[in-house]
Amino acid sequence: MTSLHEAHDGVGERSTRPSESSLLVIKDLRRTFGDVVALDGVSLDVARNEFFAILGPSGCGKTTLLRILAGFEHPDAGSVELEGSNLLGLAPNRRPVNLMFQSYALFPHMSVERNVAYGLEREGLPKSEVRKRVADVLRTVDLTELANRRPRQLSGGQRQRVALARAIVKRPKMLLLDEPLSALDKKVRAEMQRELKRLQHEVGITFAVVTHDQEEAMSMADRIAVMHQGTVQQVADPVSLYRNPANVFVADFIGDSNLLAGTRTTNGVAVTGLGDLPGRGAVAEGSPATLMIRPEDVKLSDAGSLRGTVTDVQFYGGTSTLAIDVGHGLPPVLSAVSGTSPAAPGAQVTLTWAPDDAVILHGETSPPTVPPTIHEENQ
Amino acid sequence: MRDATAPGRSLLIPFWLTYAFLYVPIAVLVVMSFNSSDNPFAWDGFSLKWYGELANNEPVKEGLLNTLIVAVGSTAVATVLGTLLAIGLHRYTRSRALEAAALAPAIMPDIVLAIGLLAFYSMISMTLGLHSVLLAHVVFSTAFVAAVVKARLGHVDPSMEEASRDLGAGAMSTFMRITVPSLAPGIVAGALLAFTLSLDEFVIAFFTNGPSSPTLPIVIYSMVRFGVTPEINALATLLVAVSFTAVILAQRSSRLTDAV
Repeated sequence: MTSLHEAHDGVGERSTRPSESSLLVIKDLRRTFGDVVALDGVSLDVARNEFFAILGPSGCGKTTLLRILAGFEHPDAGSVELEGSNLLGLAPNRRPVNLMFQSYALFPHMSVERNVAYGLEREGLPKSEVRKRVADVLRTVDLTELANRRPRQLSGGQRQRVALARAIVKRPKMLLLDEPLSALDKKVRAEMQRELKRLQHEVGITFAVVTHDQEEAMSMADRIAVMHQGTVQQVADPVSLYRNPANVFVADFIGDSNLLAGTRTTNGVAVTGLGDLPGRGAVAEGSPATLMIRPEDVKLSDAGSLRGTVTDVQFYGGTSTLAIDVGHGLPPVLSAVSGTSPAAPGAQVTLTWAPDDAVILHGETSPPTVPPTIHEENQ
Repeated sequence: MRDATAPGRSLLIPFWLTYAFLYVPIAVLVVMSFNSSDNPFAWDGFSLKWYGELANNEPVKEGLLNTLIVAVGSTAVATVLGTLLAIGLHRYTRSRALEAAALAPAIMPDIVLAIGLLAFYSMISMTLGLHSVLLAHVVFSTAFVAAVVKARLGHVDPSMEEASRDLGAGAMSTFMRITVPSLAPGIVAGALLAFTLSLDEFVIAFFTNGPSSPTLPIVIYSMVRFGVTPEINALATLLVAVSFTAVILAQRSSRLTDAV
C-alpha cells in the first residue's frame, strides 16, 4: 500500500516540498493564451540526475511548460528555481539549460562539427578547448566519422545524435528534450531510447523529456508527470503509474485498461447488470467509483461471476488479446493472455481477477476519452 | 510500339512554338550583330566590326558606366532593405495589407512610380542626376528583393533561431550567423534580380534623371531615334549576354546554397 500513497502525492498535495536533492522546483505556473489555459497551476520537482518525463496528449500544456523552462515563453504567474536561484529572469542564451528541439533545428549551412562547436564558441572558450570537447562529445555519440558532413547528408537517427551532441557539449545543468523520438521510424526509435538512457547515465545530466508517447516515457524515465488540460494529474515512477493510477484519466492514458463505472460498495464496485465486482482503493462507500483492471489481470476461469461472449481475438505473437462482450451495453472487457487464445470468437467464458489487481478510482461516470489520433497529430 | 501510359505528344508542338516565339527575335538580333553590312536588315558576311565601333563610342561607354553605378548602388541598398523588410513582415505582422503595400512597387506600372518620384523630387527641390535614379531604382528593387526573400523565409525552420539563442548566442549574433546564412539563396537571387532589372530600366530613369548623366537605355533610345544601326544590335547582344549570365548565376546560387 505504500506505493499507492506515493502515487497519490502529486495529486493530493499540489505544492511540492522542495527537498535537498531537487535541482528544479516549479511552483504554481500559470499561462493562458487568450481563452485557452495552457498551464493551470503546475508544480513539479525534478531531482538531480533524474530522467524525468512530462507526458500528456497534445494540448495538455507540456510544450508550453518546456518552452517556459527554455526561456521562449513567459508564465503569467508562478516561479521556477534551478538550484535555488530564479530561472525566469534570465534570457534564453544565459540559462544553464539546453533544449533539444523536436525538429532538431540543426544549422544546415554548417558541418556536424561546426554545429556542435557553435554553443561553445558563443561562450568564448579557447579554440583548443572547443576542439577537444567537440571531439569528445562526437565520440560519445559515435559521430566522429561524420564530423565533416552537412546535416542534410545524415539519416534521421544521425541528425538526432547531432542535436543531442550539440546540447550536451554545453554541459547544461539540465537538458530539455521536446518529443525527442517522434521524427524517427519505429526501429530507430527503440534503439535511440536505449541510447538516450545510456547517454544520460554516461554524461550525468538531468534529462527532462516532453512526450505524448506513453511507451517512450515508460521505457526511459525514472519518474513521469502525467499532464491533462494544463494540470498535473499524477507524478510517479512508471510501475506505480501503471499499477496505481491516481484517477480515471491516468488509468485510461497509460496502457490498456478496462474501466467499469458504478458505485462503491464494501468490497468493490457495484456495476449495473454485473453485480458487485471486487477491488481495492480509497473511495468512500456509496459514492460513484470506477473499477480499473488491466487486461493481463483479467483471467479466463471456470469459476467466476462475470460471464461473457468472446467477440474478437487479436494475436500479437507473444500475447493475444480477447475482447469479451459482457452485455448490458457496456464496452467489451479486454483480457490479455500469453501465447495463443484458449477461446475462439463466439465462445462463452467466465472472467475473474484477484481483488488486489483491480483499482477503485474516484468515479467519473464515463472515462475521458483520449483521442486515438494523438500519434498522427504530433507527427 | 508506344507506351500506352506515356503522356500524349499533342502539346509538344505548342511547347516548342512558344519557345520560338520567345527567342526568334533575340536570335535574329544576335546573328545580325555579327553582320558586316551597314544595313541592319541584310546579311553580308561575318564581322566583329560593330563591336569594335561600340568600344570606341564614347556616349555608349559613359552610359554603360552610369548604368553600372546605378545598378550596383541600388542593388546593394535594395538587398539590405528588402531583406530587412521581408524579415520584419514575417516576424512582426500578420497583416495582408502591410504585405501587399510592401510588395506593390514591384508590380506597380513603371510610369506611376516614375511620375510619383519626379513629383516628390521636385517637391523637396532635389537636383536630378544619377543619385535620384539610384534612389528611384531602390524603391522597386527593394520590393522585388523582399518578395524573393519572403518566399525563402517560409522554408526556414523557425526553431533554428531559437536553437541559436538556446546555445548561448545573443540576438545580433543569431541574426548574422543563423538568419542571414539560412536566407542566403533568397538574398542572392533577389540581388541578381534587382541588378538585371536596374540594368535595362528605362521609364523611371528617363523621368528621374538629370540631363548630364544618361544611363545606357537612354543612350540607346537616343541612338535609335536616328534609325537602327548594326551597332545597336551589338550592344543589345552584350546586354542579353549579361542578363542571361545573371539569371544562370541566380539559379545556380540558389541550387548551390540549397545543396550545402
